[in-house]
Amino acid sequence: MKHKFKNSSTGDKLFVILVYVFLIAVFLIILYPLIYIVSASFSDSQAVISGQVKLLPVDVTLKGYKAVFKNHKIITGFGNSIFYMVVGTILNLIMTVLCAYPLSRKEFVHRNKIAALFVFTMYFSGGMVPTYMVVSNLNLINSRWAMIIPSAMSTYNMIIARTYMVNSIPDELYEAAQMDGCTPFKYLIRVIVPLSKPILAVLTLYYGVSRWNSYFDAMLYLNDQSKQPLTIVLKEILIQNQIDYTMLTDVGAAAELQGMTELLKYSTIVVASVPVLIIYPFVQKYFVKGVMIGAVKG
Amino acid sequence: MKKDKIKVYTPNKKNKIKSANWQFWVIIALPLIYAIVFAYIPMAGILMAFEDYSPRKGFFGSDWVGLKYFKQFLTTKSSMNIIKNTFILGAYNLLVNFPIPIILAVALNEVGSQKFKKSVQMVTYAPYFISIVVLVGMMMQMMDQRTGIINVLLSSIGIDPINFFGNPKIFRHLYVWSNLWQQAGYSAIIYIAALAGVSPELKEAAVMDGASRLKRIIHVDIPCILPTIIIMLILQCGNIVNIGFDKVYLMQNSLNADVSEVISTYVYKVGIVSGNFGFSTAAGLFQSLVSFVLLVIVNQVSKKVAETSLW
Repeated sequence: MKHKFKNSSTGDKLFVILVYVFLIAVFLIILYPLIYIVSASFSDSQAVISGQVKLLPVDVTLKGYKAVFKNHKIITGFGNSIFYMVVGTILNLIMTVLCAYPLSRKEFVHRNKIAALFVFTMYFSGGMVPTYMVVSNLNLINSRWAMIIPSAMSTYNMIIARTYMVNSIPDELYEAAQMDGCTPFKYLIRVIVPLSKPILAVLTLYYGVSRWNSYFDAMLYLNDQSKQPLTIVLKEILIQNQIDYTMLTDVGAAAELQGMTELLKYSTIVVASVPVLIIYPFVQKYFVKGVMIGAVKG
Repeated sequence: MKKDKIKVYTPNKKNKIKSANWQFWVIIALPLIYAIVFAYIPMAGILMAFEDYSPRKGFFGSDWVGLKYFKQFLTTKSSMNIIKNTFILGAYNLLVNFPIPIILAVALNEVGSQKFKKSVQMVTYAPYFISIVVLVGMMMQMMDQRTGIINVLLSSIGIDPINFFGNPKIFRHLYVWSNLWQQAGYSAIIYIAALAGVSPELKEAAVMDGASRLKRIIHVDIPCILPTIIIMLILQCGNIVNIGFDKVYLMQNSLNADVSEVISTYVYKVGIVSGNFGFSTAAGLFQSLVSFVLLVIVNQVSKKVAETSLW
């Protein structure tokens, strides 16, 4: 497929060089902010605000991280986020399988109509206020369940799961199981769930990331500070600049205080992104796979 | 024993299908209830847009006002500005964030070294996992007028510091190009997958005919992945007015409000914060309708012109 660079014409050589230049530029533009944030979070606060940190950390220190872990709000938010992510993702997976499996079976007589009912919700919705009213009428406002139940399933992910079940689990299995007296319930537990492990891995990643990163539901439905996820705490610290200065106790002068504030922000960014970025390299291949399965449907 | 079973089951195939069918209904019951409660009941709640909703009188008891809120939304000067902002931001976003991932995918497909390709992919996907709050926080840190690294670097080459978040002229560029930074890699995956499916024979034939690399891309690769491109385009056109609330809301401040207020942030402020349910539902419905109609139109056009469509 790939032709030897040496044998190509001058035009082609120039073209290949341009391609590499373009990709290296993309690579650097995307990588630089990531490296900078991490470097800044490990640097001395004065070096950060005076702009001495350009690529690598200057005067390495863990002060920023110490401040982060002394901040009760961040710790509570972190715990809440983990709770919402774990419980929410488990519910997401259960709902997705319960929905995708019947819709993948041709024995289910009304599957096309039901599928259309779900697909329609992808393109049209009641909107923010009517949804809020429903959640409020269910008495979910300011309850932890408001973070979990209203986003119990994503139709898009359900379709990915269904496509996988249709294409990757042989039809003959169902017939054979049926011959042996296997009911749809048993088939779900004994065949569908074990054979769907690859797609469940993909969906765990999708759902987990979106749960970890969500902040809008919390803004709409939660008032109680003790229930807020990390994203809301981050919004207060990073965007609204509300920092509890009593947490930065060992800081004296005003200039130093400002430096610590900035350092705290950089460290918070890193702490908030670490759980997702740590698992990322391990699940990268699943992540790509999911996009491709989703694309098959297109 | 086994023989017996077969004898019992085969003649009653119809019954068995029936019994399987109710079991499927039981299995799907929970997701179905979920869809009804959290998608279809809110759709019925759209009726609030046509009534003077008061929590005391309730959904059924409130006074009917017809199209009053729509007229109000579509005639005031400030809402016209909001609708305009929504369209401009959405269109600009589409213009940048639709073609560039395709270019990225095509470029990656031209790379011979797998190692290089893998590292570029690895880095370009990563920002997709960063939450929007963190992304906006990063931007604010790095673009701070005094301490941000970007202004530090700019001043070292003699450019005056720029107040990125305070300048309404910069808001749209910030929004669109930071989207690109975050999503380009992820959006490219689908095209990379499609390009992997281009038949090698076609390319070989093009080489035999003496086509240059660029010509091979234009005449072989692009036509092969065109169906994928069109499907993505249809979906994204439907989303032009569906500007995500999340990011715009975080990037807003009093200085850029004039260009940064879009329908969804407006609905939030008027509806949830100020409790003007009827009016904000009308504004939200306007947005849903426009995006749905856009999707249907683009889909029909593409069905006629390119013979590719969503349904």
